Amino acid sequence: MSFWRNQLHGPTDPARDAAWDDPPPRKGFFTDTSICIGCKACEVACKEWNGIPMDTLGMTGTSYDNTRSLGASTWRHVAFIEQDADRIAAARASGRQLIDLGMPTARPALSPTAEPGTGSAADPLAQSATAPELPDFRWLIASDVCKHCTHAGCLDVCPTGALFRTEHGTVVVQDDVCNGCGYCVPACPFGVIDRREREGDQVAVKNEGIAQKCTLCYDRLQADQRPSCAQACPTTSISFGTLADMRTTAHARLQVLHAQGLTEARLYGADEDDGVGGTGSVFLLLDEPEVYGLPPDPRVTTADLPDIFRRAGWAGAAMLGTAAAAFLADVVTDAVLGRSGRKGLS
Amino acid sequence: MANADCIVIQGSNMAECHPVAYQWVTEAKLRGATIIHVDPRFTRTSAVADKHVPIRVGSDIVFLGALINHVLTNGLYFEEYVRAYTNASALVSEDFADTEDLDGLFSGYDVETGAYDLRSWSYQSTEGGKVSGSGEGGSGSGGTVGEAGEEEHGGEKASRAAGHEHGAGGPPLDHANIAHDETLTDPRTVFQILKRHYARYTPELVEQLCGISREDFRYVADAVTSNSGRERTTCFAYAVGWTQHSLGAQFIRTAAILQLLLGNMGRPGGGIMALRGHASIQGSTDIPTLFNLLPGYLPMPMVGNHDTLEDYLAEIYSPRQKGFWSNADAYVVSLLKAWWGDAARADTTWAFDYLPRLSGNHNTYASVMGMIDGSVEGYFLLGQNPAVGSSHGRLQRRGMANLKWLVVRDLQLIESATFWKSGPEIATGDMRTEDIATEVFFFPAAAHAEKDGTFTQTQRLIQWHHKALDPPGDAQSELTFFYELGKRLRARLVGSTDPRDRPLLDLTWDYPEDAHGEPSADAVLKEINGTHLSGELTGKPLESYTQMKDDGTTSGGCWIYTGIYAGNVNHAKSKKPGRDQDSYAHEWAWAWPANRRILYNRASADPDGRPWSERKKIVWWDAETQKWTGDDVPDFPEATAPSYRPSPESSGVEAISGIDPFVMQADGKGWLFAPRGLLDGPLPTHYEAAESPVDSVLYPQQHNPARQLYPRRDNLLAPSAGEPGVEVYPFVFTTYRLTEHHTAGGMSRWLPYLAELQPEFFCEVSPELAAERGLTNGGWATIISPRSAIEARVLVTARLTPLTINGRTVHQIGLPYHWGVGGSGAVVDGDSANDLLGVTLDPNVSIQESKVASCDIVSGRRPRGAGLHQLVADYQRRAGVSTATGTQRLTAGVRPEAAAQTSAQERREEDE
Repeated sequence: MSFWRNQLHGPTDPARDAAWDDPPPRKGFFTDTSICIGCKACEVACKEWNGIPMDTLGMTGTSYDNTRSLGASTWRHVAFIEQDADRIAAARASGRQLIDLGMPTARPALSPTAEPGTGSAADPLAQSATAPELPDFRWLIASDVCKHCTHAGCLDVCPTGALFRTEHGTVVVQDDVCNGCGYCVPACPFGVIDRREREGDQVAVKNEGIAQKCTLCYDRLQADQRPSCAQACPTTSISFGTLADMRTTAHARLQVLHAQGLTEARLYGADEDDGVGGTGSVFLLLDEPEVYGLPPDPRVTTADLPDIFRRAGWAGAAMLGTAAAAFLADVVTDAVLGRSGRKGLS
Repeated sequence: MANADCIVIQGSNMAECHPVAYQWVTEAKLRGATIIHVDPRFTRTSAVADKHVPIRVGSDIVFLGALINHVLTNGLYFEEYVRAYTNASALVSEDFADTEDLDGLFSGYDVETGAYDLRSWSYQSTEGGKVSGSGEGGSGSGGTVGEAGEEEHGGEKASRAAGHEHGAGGPPLDHANIAHDETLTDPRTVFQILKRHYARYTPELVEQLCGISREDFRYVADAVTSNSGRERTTCFAYAVGWTQHSLGAQFIRTAAILQLLLGNMGRPGGGIMALRGHASIQGSTDIPTLFNLLPGYLPMPMVGNHDTLEDYLAEIYSPRQKGFWSNADAYVVSLLKAWWGDAARADTTWAFDYLPRLSGNHNTYASVMGMIDGSVEGYFLLGQNPAVGSSHGRLQRRGMANLKWLVVRDLQLIESATFWKSGPEIATGDMRTEDIATEVFFFPAAAHAEKDGTFTQTQRLIQWHHKALDPPGDAQSELTFFYELGKRLRARLVGSTDPRDRPLLDLTWDYPEDAHGEPSADAVLKEINGTHLSGELTGKPLESYTQMKDDGTTSGGCWIYTGIYAGNVNHAKSKKPGRDQDSYAHEWAWAWPANRRILYNRASADPDGRPWSERKKIVWWDAETQKWTGDDVPDFPEATAPSYRPSPESSGVEAISGIDPFVMQADGKGWLFAPRGLLDGPLPTHYEAAESPVDSVLYPQQHNPARQLYPRRDNLLAPSAGEPGVEVYPFVFTTYRLTEHHTAGGMSRWLPYLAELQPEFFCEVSPELAAERGLTNGGWATIISPRSAIEARVLVTARLTPLTINGRTVHQIGLPYHWGVGGSGAVVDGDSANDLLGVTLDPNVSIQESKVASCDIVSGRRPRGAGLHQLVADYQRRAGVSTATGTQRLTAGVRPEAAAQTSAQERREEDE
């Protein structure tokens, strides 16, 4: 039972669970949206390296976001959200509530890279005399990517084995194995993976109908290179490394921002006890996840499988029992009443 | 920048337009620096700054002037620095009169020519009289030093946009024996003049003219002043948001004054960062593609004024001035040796007469008008797409349509190569393909990864890029193209006896080629570095420009680059990772001059040679070894002790005193007041843009009186405040770039991955303006100026804010300029924002005013065909514009006495 529990929810080492012997440390991203300049170099570098075709062409009218969303031909997506003072105040208040509830800030600062004088482990909020004045306006910018979940729904439901867990703990589609069944598409709680369709007047497109998503540059990792998006990011908003380091860096940065009174800052995907067992892509956000188009409480669709199996088992057993009981009862009744022969069909 | 405690980004959208350089701002931010963005729009830079301050476009001098006033009034300047290292104590001529006294004009203005006579701005001389500009050959006898000779007037300087010459050092002065008042109390000291000049630049005025609240002004003032001084430094960063104005050079001067007062020049984390617009724009001014410069910021000689080498040298420096400019003769002779080798001899005056002469201001816009008027017949376009990227696209396309030949070298068939068959004028019926006689030659160009070469970036770092693969098809590098062109031209002239062919035939034109016929970029860089031509070092590269000689024993193609090949090693190729060396990374590429990373770094130490603070130390005087030393290459004569004081007779490097950190300035000091070098005023003063619906309440004079005007029927200007018809073009627009595209789009609109990120031309408007004009997000709008009308998709966003100026609302419209119509094979196209702009230029450097102009905006798409002209003409008629509109040099309100006074003074000087 514990095997199944680890496989489907809760903290675990997914590479070992996938039967890799002595895998390297799990790899991941930390995307710090507080220093993202929205240059979209990550989107372009990703497309260049991975040979992804052009996506839908046209202006959306949604701030500077003409990419729309992650999808088969967009493995990095930079979101742009314009906010007024009320929304900023709400974000700061909701973040404050998270802190009061003992959310991530309670962790001690672990990173040796944290700057002296900018944060303290004891009580970061006590450090800041006053929170910075609320601006009238702000422009949130965040680069989204596949979460490479500890418990990946897409992988769990893939019937062909096209999706697999790499030794780095990441999740990768083998486009030459995928049969385009699309089961993975609704299985992803983040809406990341999708099948590639032709766009506009395209007559053909590479890997048409095949499910596609970020590979965390599996090929580059094999050659000891960073993923192309992290390599291209000019401000280190996207960092790459072992997931343990990424989580540590994320917590340290969160502490710095909290010490500055920016309680709107919060982490996303850093909690191993969440519905996907924590993600391989950790984010520092400045508002609630929904604002960025991220589910607030993602839950892998297969998380309940043990429960479902257990309950199905019990239900099955109960049904068997009921049937048996009914049969036995019938026999007993018949015996008691001295009836014999078959029940009427009517 | 990573070392700064506060960074003010103004006139730049650094995060969007310089995303790679922005890593250093991010680094500073992570170290705790305060980042402030002052900009008309809330951009991606604002998004990651600590504070965004919206400003009315073009009003920056009011804002910066008010900061200067704040610093002076409240005694917040770095007193020891200001006293020792700036010209605060210098005395200015009694003839100088300020804008405060002359309704917004400085003394010396000539209404006829629209130019200033700079003489009244001079320093007072200890030898009596004034310290004049240069070349007057004054002997120091009596009270008329420097006034015996012929001073070049502003008008003549303007005719060759002389401001470019100061890219490597200050303008020349006759000598450095300047009268001072060390108490700074004399009313003629620079310090007191500065105080008076900016006294009316108050937070209230900032609120009134910039639309910036007093609280926001206070925030910036406090951040900047509390992050300046011994322990802390503030840095400014700007780009074309400051330069592209009819008084662009003065925007930057204002920041320079502020930074000098705060002691932020020549120190880690200080300075003013000029963010260049392209990968090697710095390189193309160092080794110029500009019409008026020779390599190393030596001016181009002018016909009549510089007929002999002697006349020329007398113009560019004075042997009696201080500093390294005083060796300019060695730089000139070495350049001529590099170009003409054995033909450059003493008996040929170093082939000086082989140099072409300027005959006027041949800036790019004057050239285009020359095409229309028939005086310019041919045009090379190399990595430039003026049909889309230059102001007044229609003028550009009409000019090109009137050429005999046009060569376009580019990666794609850009709009400047196809205007004759699919340009906007073909669509409107303005031009017909069969009427256009221009013969267009298109040459596919190699991209940077397909050729060896260098980029020189903002920080003066010259970085080598290696060829990674062969260019496709017929594509060639510029180096190959020009080398081949030169060879063919020379082959045609072989045997010619015509003296006019000698410069071409005598040219050193013998670079080694590889198997593909590609000349060696290494060899070119080595030639630029320079070589010993005699003695035992013959053939060895020069180590430093101090080795250059004026006797023909050295050559060198650009004196400021000398040393890049020191030790016979190409230092541009140095690529030691930052983690393996100290933070100044001297082994990453090579910075001119002398691989120095921070210019004027002597100023990082106090007058006694000790760092102002441990936290901000970089170079210092080592008393033990009696040398300057530190973490950077000291920008100072190595053995000149802080206590050294030169005799009044000395000149050149010897004349640099131990406390003269600004070694390229003629007096060794940072100039709060510029007695020479600028053609439109020794102090920056606010004027409205050439087209402005706002009344400047500062002075009756509204516009820069020295701006370059082109009053033509095809270059009409909109009326400004106070003129009839101003309400017809009621809105201000500004043009800019987006991260996703590159300038006129030749390197982005043809690439699917970039084109899809910003696929359509759009305008950015505030929700308030959208409501006022019935514009809907995602819909269409037509924008009309006196030059043209264009259509754009509408992006309604609170990132644009209406400002309250002089009590009324001013709306600003944002227009990115990357799109064009008619290019062949582009993934995306759209109307060009630059079609709306007219041509009015800054007098110092001939930069166009493209950051601010007037327009109207209405909902819906523009008319097609001839209807477009009709619309533009209707607006012109309604506004009553003519060639006289906006082209009057003096504003009506300027008192006749003010103009008369300047003329009278001029006459007095003529009489003397």
